Amino acid sequence: MSKARIMSGNEAVVEGALVAGVRFFGGYPITPSSEIAEVLSRLLPQVGGKFIQMEDELSSVGAIVGASLAGIKSMTATSGPGFSLMQENMGLAFMAEVPCVIVDVQRGGPSTGLPTKVSQSDVMQVRWGRHGDQNVIALVPSSVRESFDLIIDCVNLAEEYRMPVVLLLDEVISHMREKVILPEKDEIKVIERKKPPKGQEKYFPYEITEDAIPPMANFGEGYRYHVTGLTHDETGFPTSDPEKINQVMRRLYQKIEKHKEEIIKVEEKYTEDAEIAIFAYGSVARSAYSAVKEAREKGIKVGLMRPIILWPFPYKKVSDLANKVKRIIVPEMNMGQIIAEVKKVSFGKVKVEGVNRIDGELITPSEIMAKIEEVS
Amino acid sequence: MAKSLEYIRLDKFPHVWCPGCGIGIVMGSIIRAVDKMEINKNDVVMVSGIGCSGRMPGYCDFNTLHTTHGRALSFATGIKLANPKFKVITVMGDGDALAIGGNHLIHAARRNIDILAIIINNWIYGMTGGQYSPTTPLGSFATTAPYGQVEPPFDVLKLIKGSGASYIARGTVYHIRELDKLISGGLQKKGFAVVEVISQCPTSFGRRNKMGSAVEMMKRQKEETVPVKKAEKMSKEELKGKIVRGLFLDEERDEYTERYEKLIAKAKEVHQK
Ligand code: SF4
Repeated sequence: MSKARIMSGNEAVVEGALVAGVRFFGGYPITPSSEIAEVLSRLLPQVGGKFIQMEDELSSVGAIVGASLAGIKSMTATSGPGFSLMQENMGLAFMAEVPCVIVDVQRGGPSTGLPTKVSQSDVMQVRWGRHGDQNVIALVPSSVRESFDLIIDCVNLAEEYRMPVVLLLDEVISHMREKVILPEKDEIKVIERKKPPKGQEKYFPYEITEDAIPPMANFGEGYRYHVTGLTHDETGFPTSDPEKINQVMRRLYQKIEKHKEEIIKVEEKYTEDAEIAIFAYGSVARSAYSAVKEAREKGIKVGLMRPIILWPFPYKKVSDLANKVKRIIVPEMNMGQIIAEVKKVSFGKVKVEGVNRIDGELITPSEIMAKIEEVS
Repeated sequence: MAKSLEYIRLDKFPHVWCPGCGIGIVMGSIIRAVDKMEINKNDVVMVSGIGCSGRMPGYCDFNTLHTTHGRALSFATGIKLANPKFKVITVMGDGDALAIGGNHLIHAARRNIDILAIIINNWIYGMTGGQYSPTTPLGSFATTAPYGQVEPPFDVLKLIKGSGASYIARGTVYHIRELDKLISGGLQKKGFAVVEVISQCPTSFGRRNKMGSAVEMMKRQKEETVPVKKAEKMSKEELKGKIVRGLFLDEERDEYTERYEKLIAKAKEVHQK
């Protein structure tokens, strides 16, 4: 066991990223994520890694995708407005299936919004921010320690599924300092991208494989393949043949569809006998858990469902929950973004109600408690 | 010629370019430069943005990456910094490099990162059907300049010079021997090298501006350009309406990834203390 340490969520992200093997960071300064860049600019070169401050967020994603194609695990960090600028090149990373990690420390919007305050306003931007259909993976830590664990999961998932993966942090977690005991290195699983078998002569970078995840060769390894953001065939070359487009694009979509049960991660507390359920993520889940405990002390049967991975969304689990409770409360620091997903699978079963804040302040346990008492 | 075919993905032909387009000529010149330097194909990365020029990497047997509009240099920067062993060549059009990608161009030049940036300048957005670009000459016609272009054009080379590169040149697809030399010089240069290539787009620029066939457009490249050496002796009056071509800058400057390697050594030293 390591010693207990005091660190912020942003610092935990840096530590985790390094353990997971990230050796390239390209980013652009933006509050409240800048500490991640600052600390990595110091630590990466110490381990032979590369840090570059790019000219904007568009090029930040360009640079990390380039580095990843060259075989180096890479990431960037940003916040709302920067995340908006990243969407275009993230789209390319989805299309071209290039592993990379984007940390988005959320802030209020639209526009410059609330740069220094807490918000959960990008939970839909991450899902739908780009044009076209694509399945996404986004993780939502609730604590500093979990920020460490989940950035490692992000890097692993990106490598495993050949795609960009997003860590959505709440500002309060990124800046809050908590006591953490980090696991030893040998307790941590690190995944590397699947390579074409050694000696294989012909390589199809976008092959239709059984698991829908084609192996990935790095640039320079001898295969000299083509990468494009255009719809392409299994060789990577652009195509406008409807049959081929259909095949490759459906495989791309299936990549997550097929594996979502393995990916989805949800924590449940007191849901077995709950009559009221709270569905909360990120820092809000902590307020929600306090409220749940308080309600239980008062004899109200409340439970908590907390997605650790927000996308792919745990529709099945929420649907099962909706079958057994009488009410679902969805507190979130936006005007109600994730509540719509909960409603999708609860429709006609239970009433779903939100508790929302968009003033840059945290949702407190007592606000959630008030809602519990109102509906119980 | 037969040698050049080794660098081409023949199975991807026919290409998408119009008859008479200059882009293929530039591709030939790049390939000859790689061949001349005897670089292993596995160590060459060709990166492009969007537009007619963006399709070039698809036909070349290197590690090839066709990115988003204007962003080729940002991807190239990541590739080169991640693994400096690569010879990185970016191919961009004038709209690609100078409008949407202008920011990346000046910053790549400022860093002096070892990338050869080819800017194929045909004064127009060809693929989208002939809208004006940042290099469209004043008064020329474009689908979005039906009354003639009112915006003055960029002087690409002055822009790069002000940003800081190691190598700056301008050639034309007509002067092919000279172009071969300029591109090969840029590829050999350690540092950021820009070669602007004046090329013809008969389809979207020539036709609308009544410039005749591709051959006639190429003749203009001969008539309307003057070599640097000759231009030095010409008066301002004489140079009016002429484009100067040749090698404009060839300097030894500290290269970015080499500087970064030194930074790593320093960081490791500090870390060990
Ligand atoms: S539109 Fe112009 S630039 Fe594009 S391929 Fe045709 S001739 Fe070449």
